[in-house]
Amino acid sequence: MTEAVKDRIIAIIAEQAVLEPADVKMDATLEDLGIDSLGLVESIFAIEEAFDIQVPFNANEPDQSDFDISSVAAIVAAVEALVAEQHPA
Amino acid sequence: MRRVVITAHGTINALGADVPSTLEAMREGRCGIGPLDLRDVDRLSVKIGGQVRNYDPEALFNRQQITLYDRFTQFTLIAAREAMAQAGLSFSGELATRSGVVLGTAGGGVNTWDENYRSVYEEGKNRVHPFVVPKLMNNAAASHVSMEYNLKGPAFTVATACASSNHAMGLAFQMIRSGACDVMLTGGSEAMLSFGGVKAWEGLRVMSKDACRPFSANRNGMVQGEGAAVFVFEDYDHARRRGAEILAEVSGFAMASDAADIVMPSKQGAARTISGALKDAGMARDEVGYINAHGTGTAANDKVECAAVADVFGTHADKLMISSTKSMHGHLIGGTGAVEMLACIMALKDGVIAPTIGYEEPDPECALDVVPNEAREAQVTAVLSNAFAFGGLNAVLALRKAP
Repeated sequence: MTEAVKDRIIAIIAEQAVLEPADVKMDATLEDLGIDSLGLVESIFAIEEAFDIQVPFNANEPDQSDFDISSVAAIVAAVEALVAEQHPA
Repeated sequence: MRRVVITAHGTINALGADVPSTLEAMREGRCGIGPLDLRDVDRLSVKIGGQVRNYDPEALFNRQQITLYDRFTQFTLIAAREAMAQAGLSFSGELATRSGVVLGTAGGGVNTWDENYRSVYEEGKNRVHPFVVPKLMNNAAASHVSMEYNLKGPAFTVATACASSNHAMGLAFQMIRSGACDVMLTGGSEAMLSFGGVKAWEGLRVMSKDACRPFSANRNGMVQGEGAAVFVFEDYDHARRRGAEILAEVSGFAMASDAADIVMPSKQGAARTISGALKDAGMARDEVGYINAHGTGTAANDKVECAAVADVFGTHADKLMISSTKSMHGHLIGGTGAVEMLACIMALKDGVIAPTIGYEEPDPECALDVVPNEAREAQVTAVLSNAFAFGGLNAVLALRKAP
């Protein structure tokens, strides 16, 4: 996991949750952090803008999405995969 | 209090360019949703919608009119023209001052905004057409209807997102019932299928990319539509005196706010509004045979709506029919309640219940009779039309068979 991706995602989530980045733990769920469905959609938008990627996510079926949002670590891994796929080095 | 009846209707939407073709499509369970045909569609991730096709405004309006009429105004005037031809009314003297028009739209002249922003921002032009403002304003359609038919009483537009048309028709009903007006043209219109209009909805991530499947376990979001429907609401005695054909009676209306969340619906708010409409109509729960659902096809709306209906109706919830015609014409946003009113009239007048098409898998959280996929013949004497908008604004109308 690259530190750069991880740190930028934590910064986005921290801002959404109104927390210090240090308080966003990798095993936390969005629910733990107090991020609701609107906050999630806003976070995904911020991630798309930050990494210039398209995140496949439909709020009607969050569980069926290829984008795993079950924890902060899962989101970081999913974003890394999307960056690798959409911006191959 | 006076009784209020519907004596005429008109429409244009993805299912048809008038009422007979729309009702035929609803009876056949035909889908009006398909690939979007609009500029820059390749830059959209949602590429389907309930678009009005084979539309030729030049055949219906002159050049001068088109300069002033945004697409949502054109749709309104087409629907009003059909309704007024059926009503056989003309407005002059005291009747003109005691008659008006109240219409719903959420976005108003969205295409006009879109085209002119494109012109100044993308193309760098420093000049726009002089009529941009009178063309895009939300009240343009209501104003043009009032001018076309000499309606000199109350004329205004209601914007309550997806409940706009129901709020508009509810207010028209109240104005006639109270004695303030004798005849009201009412309903609503939306023409949000432009690049910017669809792009905005895309952002919320609640849109389906393939189909609108209300109440189906595999539903994955809403699909936008466009069009209009306009009705003539009339004092019952006035209609009877002139021997007008009565399509249905508007018996009650309730509106309420969830005062809770800007996008998530509330079961309590929906249930309170449904109960309010029944009470206002003096309608017993077991009278209701059909509900035209808000039924957007989103995960959140459909389960909350079904839970609210189950709460209000108790055991009778299992006996009534509830369908979402959005599966066929799409979600017309501010115009949706108006087009859905056509399904309510069809149920009462023709004994045909419009289906929820695209229904594939039962959802235990929507365990009601949703009239899946095929229209049904059934005699019903009372129906409801639900609208639960973003912003937590709810509006429910109660109708009965023509007296």
